[in-house]
Amino acid sequence: MEDEQSFSDICGGRLALQRRYYSPSCREFCLSCPRLSLRSLTAVTCTVWLAAYGLFTLCENSMILSAAIFITLLGLLGYLHFVKIDQETLLIIDSLGIQMTSSYASGKESTTFIEMGKVKDVVINEAIYMQKVIYYLCILLKDPVEPHGISQVVPVFQSAKPRLDCLIEVYRSCQEILAHQKAASASP
Amino acid sequence: MVLKAFFPTCCASADSGLLVGRWVPEQSSAVVLAVVHFPFIPIQVKELLAQVHQAGHVGLAVLGTWCHRRQGAEERLGPFLEGLGAIFSHEPWLQLCRERTSGLWSCKATCQQGPARVKDQVMLVFYDQRQVLLSQLHPPAALPDRQAGDAAASAEGLAAVFDTVARSEALFRSDRFDEGPVRLSHWQSEGVEASILAELAKRASGPVCRLLACLLSLISAASACRVFKLRPLSFIWSKLAVCGQLGHRLEQLELVFSTQKAEKPAQLMRKANVLVSVLLDVALGLALLSWLHGKDRIGQLAEALVPVADHVAEALRHLLQWLMGAPAGLKMNRALDQVLGRFFLYHLHLWISYVHLLSPFIEHILWHVGLSACLGLTVALSTLSDIIALLTFHIYCFYVYGARLYCLKICGLSSLWRLFRGKKWNVLRQRVDSCSYDLDQLFIGTLLFTVLLFLLPTTALYYLVFTLLRLLVVAMQGLIHLLVDLVNSLPLYSLGLRLCRPYRLAGTLPSSQPA
Repeated sequence: MEDEQSFSDICGGRLALQRRYYSPSCREFCLSCPRLSLRSLTAVTCTVWLAAYGLFTLCENSMILSAAIFITLLGLLGYLHFVKIDQETLLIIDSLGIQMTSSYASGKESTTFIEMGKVKDVVINEAIYMQKVIYYLCILLKDPVEPHGISQVVPVFQSAKPRLDCLIEVYRSCQEILAHQKAASASP
Repeated sequence: MVLKAFFPTCCASADSGLLVGRWVPEQSSAVVLAVVHFPFIPIQVKELLAQVHQAGHVGLAVLGTWCHRRQGAEERLGPFLEGLGAIFSHEPWLQLCRERTSGLWSCKATCQQGPARVKDQVMLVFYDQRQVLLSQLHPPAALPDRQAGDAAASAEGLAAVFDTVARSEALFRSDRFDEGPVRLSHWQSEGVEASILAELAKRASGPVCRLLACLLSLISAASACRVFKLRPLSFIWSKLAVCGQLGHRLEQLELVFSTQKAEKPAQLMRKANVLVSVLLDVALGLALLSWLHGKDRIGQLAEALVPVADHVAEALRHLLQWLMGAPAGLKMNRALDQVLGRFFLYHLHLWISYVHLLSPFIEHILWHVGLSACLGLTVALSTLSDIIALLTFHIYCFYVYGARLYCLKICGLSSLWRLFRGKKWNVLRQRVDSCSYDLDQLFIGTLLFTVLLFLLPTTALYYLVFTLLRLLVVAMQGLIHLLVDLVNSLPLYSLGLRLCRPYRLAGTLPSSQPA
């Protein structure tokens, strides 16, 4: 079962949340971030080239211009491959684990998988981020030494940064599955 | 917990048969390793499982049945498959089924005992056996006490699944071209994967390692003999950087060529890193050697060395003349200044005469020392650092004289300062006590104190200048040592593995989209 809804992130950009319910014990949430805007790309390129042209008029060395073109290209490739995240996915499978995938604009995908045995809970936390107070969803991991302690807090959807309404949807679904998992593990 | 069945992707197109694998009760998961095809004799299947159990200490069992059929052929196989459940009893008994034409899957798990007859949910997880084995994600198998039976109690969670696959390598050794009693389907059933070069290297590595280990033990025995433990030789040995580097390399080579097999993947990685860094070192050293010996560069270097030493001595002489005058506008004590300046100038003169004495032999020395580059770039760099230390020995001597004078002056000043205030250092009690001095003691003490105090700026200036020079030399040597350490300790093998085969260093599971 697929479902698509549109939300907004903390800066006001548009996000699209796709929910897929594969089965009662397996759900997937896919957040698509806004694409790279042509306006910002043009602005950055123009700034870099104007600066290079200014340096060229000072130094009369044409290597500066070719270097500027080179830097712009490399910078764009690096940005697309290492920085710009297109889509973030959260896949939660009962009694197996939680998987988070980030796919970059160049096509690279990086996944993190957390076993269900290590997951203590999924909560929404508040944080002070520059001059804003934002909400973020995070996964709490169990401490192997202390039974009631938390060893690590793993934030989810870090580059999409959705607002509270989107987070509540994801949170509800995750809690259903976690409750199901806890009920199953309590009764052998 | 939901029952999880881990199924290998290579068996999805295999013919019908029995599922063979391991049941992990803590995770409530069944790890399927291979499919045994019809016809088979149950005794032989059980023998095969016992063999694999002995080889890898992992308890395998027949987990269920696998049925890959056309539509409508269900009626013939149904009761036959259920009869198999009676021969190989296992809790729970899996029944996986796939339609050939439509590709639909169905899984069922039944328990003979227990409250629920048929489990309601079975989760089928596909895993790629080849990737699991290649990524070497399995935890170390060495346990202090190996008991018969499952020794994988320490592997938790999904690591138990990978551990199972890794330990059952004996099961994957036969392919479909082997004439064995039992016909299996697994990731290597189309033909065992191996590389000719890797196999040849493995066969050759045994005798080569033994030979090299013998040679290295001979060398280390020779270097540990009593002659080198005597005072002057051992002192020189400890001061030269080359000897330190050679000793370090010898240790590393002994580690690499030791006939003991590496127990853990971490140890194997370390050995591989050391080997690759030694090879790179030697390659760079040989390149340096060929560059040095071509176009008579050694001769040019030797010719340039003596004028450079002269130039440095000239610069030092200027510096001393400057100190003997009024350096930076400070007013020095004329007598002490002249004494110290003349002393250092004479020392410099001795040093330059010594260098000029050596100048005919420098080319030969350099040529022979340059040959040491064939042992590696690090050895060549250590030699360079030693040469710099030897050539700037006069700066070191100046620093020592200046430091000693300054130290004596400070000691004298502090003790006379205490006398000036009427106190004394109590050596027994390690503290400052008051003391009543005689008048003549006080008089001479105060006199000496003033003398030392007014001579302090001169000595302090000489000390400062020579310490700065020494620091310069030490900084240069430090840079060279840093470079040597970099070449020594950079894990090139791991870096290369990260770039070319990143799955070998994976820390978590590489998963993909669910079907």
